[in-house]
Amino acid sequence: MIVAHRKNIQDLKSLLAQHKRILVLGCGTCVTVCLAGGEREVGMISSALRIAYKLDEQEHDILELTIERQCENEFMEQIIENVQNVDAVLSLACGAGVQAMAERFPNTPVYAGLDTKFIGILQEQGIWTEKCAACGKCVLGEYGAVCPITRCSKSLLNGPCGGARDGKCEVSPDTDCGWQLIYDRLKAIGQLDRILEPAPMHDWSKSHEGGCRKIVREDQRIVVK
Amino acid sequence: MDFEPKILALCCHYCAYAAADLAGSMRAQYPPNVRVLRLPCTGKVDTEYIMKAFEAGVDGVIVAGCLEGGCHFQEGNLRAKKRVGLVRDLMDEIGLEKDRLEMFNLSSAMGQTFADIVVTMTDRIKKLGPNPLRREAAKVLEGISR
Ligand code: SF4
Ligand code: SF4
Repeated sequence: MIVAHRKNIQDLKSLLAQHKRILVLGCGTCVTVCLAGGEREVGMISSALRIAYKLDEQEHDILELTIERQCENEFMEQIIENVQNVDAVLSLACGAGVQAMAERFPNTPVYAGLDTKFIGILQEQGIWTEKCAACGKCVLGEYGAVCPITRCSKSLLNGPCGGARDGKCEVSPDTDCGWQLIYDRLKAIGQLDRILEPAPMHDWSKSHEGGCRKIVREDQRIVVK
Repeated sequence: MDFEPKILALCCHYCAYAAADLAGSMRAQYPPNVRVLRLPCTGKVDTEYIMKAFEAGVDGVIVAGCLEGGCHFQEGNLRAKKRVGLVRDLMDEIGLEKDRLEMFNLSSAMGQTFADIVVTMTDRIKKLGPNPLRREAAKVLEGISR
């Protein structure tokens, strides 16, 4: 899932200060699961904003709403009227959801209420960890399903770097050495031979380095050319 | 006129609520500023409940759960403790005095303790003064569309 974290309320307060009627819009999918932008967080952030504005004796109407997904038109259609009735939207979706909202409502200012952090998992209750950097050319198969790009702090395809100590990365003692994980995993599944040969350079042209990415599937398209 | 705070007490059914009951039968004295809301466990306390209470104009919030280790649902009170911590941080962030909110732990046999808690919080809130949002209280729920 996409993992995000809420922004500071004082920052949001100043960012939105020029708008009188603000819709705080949650997203019911990834950011609900990572407890950053679901219905409950909409309630919390809205309350916090209302209180913060009132403490400054400022009048703002803060409305609360959550839709299933902000990155799909189908769900955005349900809230056309709500959006038309406000001066701005504070979106608690990931960066994709925020931009989808802005594209769907070209005349309404839309702001991001969260910092979108990474593609990751709930490692344990209360801890989320990054697992994939969406590099566009997945090499997990060669590394025992441990991503060298994300999990090695230096994204080495031919690691380790030599700085690891007791299985921890030299970048931070809180971080596991990605290459230790790769080695342990390949050993466990009897595939250590996979890292005997040096790996070729990664194809970064498939990543964001090659510009904003797009997938076109003619078989799925409805518009007839 | 003297300021009489309105304090919301979110009380667990198995301890604080019973303790409040006992305080009554014991004829223990405590200020009438508290409004008790019974919950099945303090684990039911959502951060949103507390925020909405302040938004609605209460001057202080007490969250009262079982003694640590004594929760009827094992760890509801420990979760409540973390949530209270989270809301206190948030209050700090937005500039509302965090001491308006506090969690207490007691058992159902501690009637006098319940009375003491109410005394402590009432004194504290009197010193802090009214919730700065109070005058706006009536308008609060209008803004919520769901
Ligand atoms: S808007 Fe973002 S958070 Fe919401 S479902 Fe889509 S990808 Fe997930
Ligand atoms: S190799 Fe690329 S696509 Fe595969 S998990 Fe790592 S970052 Fe994600």
